[in-house]
Amino acid sequence: MADINQLKDFATQVRRDILRQVHAVNSGHPGGSLGCTEFLVALYQEIMTRKEGFDMDGIGEDVFYLSNGHISPVIYSVLARSGYFPVEELATFRKLGTRLQGHPSTHDGLPGIRIASGSLGQGLSVALGTAQAKKINNDDNLVFTLHGDGELQEGQIWEAVMYAAANKVDNLIATVDYNGQQIDGSTEEVCSLGDLKGKFEAFGWDVLEVKKGNDLEAIIAGLKEAKAKTGKGKPICILLHTMMGNGVDFMMHTHAWHGKAPSDEQLENALSQNPETLGDY
Amino acid sequence: MKKYIDTGKKDTRSGFGVGLTELGRTNPNVVALCADLIGSLKMQDFIDENPERFFQTGIAEANMIGMAAGLTIGGKIPYAGTFANFATGRVYDQIRQSVAYSEKNVKIAASHAGLTLGEDGATHQILEDIGLMKMLPGMTVINPCDFNQTKAATIASAEIDGPVYLRFGRPKVANFTSENVEDFVVGKGIQLQEGTDVTIVATGHCVWEALIAAEKLNEQGISADVINIHTIKPLDEEIILKSVAKTGCIVTCEEHNYLGGLGESVARVLSLNNPTPQEYIATKDTFGESGTAVELMAKYELDAPAIEKAAKKVLARK
Repeated sequence: MADINQLKDFATQVRRDILRQVHAVNSGHPGGSLGCTEFLVALYQEIMTRKEGFDMDGIGEDVFYLSNGHISPVIYSVLARSGYFPVEELATFRKLGTRLQGHPSTHDGLPGIRIASGSLGQGLSVALGTAQAKKINNDDNLVFTLHGDGELQEGQIWEAVMYAAANKVDNLIATVDYNGQQIDGSTEEVCSLGDLKGKFEAFGWDVLEVKKGNDLEAIIAGLKEAKAKTGKGKPICILLHTMMGNGVDFMMHTHAWHGKAPSDEQLENALSQNPETLGDY
Repeated sequence: MKKYIDTGKKDTRSGFGVGLTELGRTNPNVVALCADLIGSLKMQDFIDENPERFFQTGIAEANMIGMAAGLTIGGKIPYAGTFANFATGRVYDQIRQSVAYSEKNVKIAASHAGLTLGEDGATHQILEDIGLMKMLPGMTVINPCDFNQTKAATIASAEIDGPVYLRFGRPKVANFTSENVEDFVVGKGIQLQEGTDVTIVATGHCVWEALIAAEKLNEQGISADVINIHTIKPLDEEIILKSVAKTGCIVTCEEHNYLGGLGESVARVLSLNNPTPQEYIATKDTFGESGTAVELMAKYELDAPAIEKAAKKVLARK
């Protein structure tokens, strides 16, 4: 395992990248991006089997799909800092002619992205297709996904959840960003997800909970446990309890920063809470 | 006039089934998905020969389209089959984002398109699907006219690196096009009759009707240039413009709403290049209803007598 302090520094830099990307264009989604920073750093830096370079087919390596595409700032930062494209390109986020579209896209050939996402609820189905392709190809690598908890209100998710269990798609680890928030308020107020663990289990999934979803060591332990459960006839779900806006005190404990950029003063405050580690772009 | 022989009535969906089975034997990357309509889509032979390459999703079309997109990541060429209604309108956003915008090599196999689905009625008779699909950037749209052409189109679609909408139907209709699959070229119209007075451009089940209409017109001294446009997008503009340069008027024929269909694609080409009087054989912004295929084609004026009438009408407008 990589030095935990190095991973923490990596995550701090990713938080800076998120804040600076969103601030520069006065748009984008910082709250969920900050909440999933540690998860994506752990996934790309510690857990996934990745080949050098990038090819669309992803044969012979683990594949990740971001189903909740609005948290694009975090995946762009993690991909850039994992070597998929130059870190300097983060400065083009959401600007005319960029490969870093508001929501991730394959259209402009950004390495690391295999499917467009943004319209919610589609990523789990895509992951099932790739998981089945891996089985036909005798490729032992895994497929990972990330979903918002509000996204689970989409019906297509439950079509995919049913299919995955019925067809024993056991090379798939789907993680839910369980922050309890969505645009219009808490998931409880908007349309309660009820007993989410019970729902996945009733559909036939193996469910793990990571209570400290912003703690790198807890996330890595949870992902390793999930990997150990693959290949046993059941799809795996991780309920990752995260804090939206994590790492920036005034963005936490609220859904206000779902899709809002910080002002100049707010950015300065937020960056002071996350000092530069790997070098700003 | 060229003589076309109906070698025995067959359904276009069976052409798809045979084409898919052939692809299963020749292309190891071809896989198939179906949302609980294996029998209707004639997919059983492919499944029997390639059980590991088939995915039954149950009645969950959105999941099927997403899975098809995911299967391309891993090098597969998926054919996702269901009724045209459920293959387009029900899953438009899934096709738009996960297939078209993501530029995935997915083939959407849409059976029971149009009125000729018959007795099940308007809930299942989609007349808007060509419009929905042709508006998606990068989508190829093919509507073959008989068994042989559907088989050929199915096989040809595997060679296209990108999304394809393949539209076919339920009823048994005349089978008259070439048995040689090499004769089918995506994006290339087929000149069925040479004529000088009026152009008739037809797609899908309307093509055989257009040929019958052309014979009737010929008996009355009217010479019709009949073109089969199987690929609505990309459209063979050249064959259409060449024909109207000769005839000066055109009838477009399709089992689809006149809003958004082949007729509108042809009208765009004509208005940009050579404005020409045009009549539309198409449904006129209406839903369908229960009835037999033959009854519905007559009631909604998509059959040979309606085409004959439209040809005379457009001739008078020259």
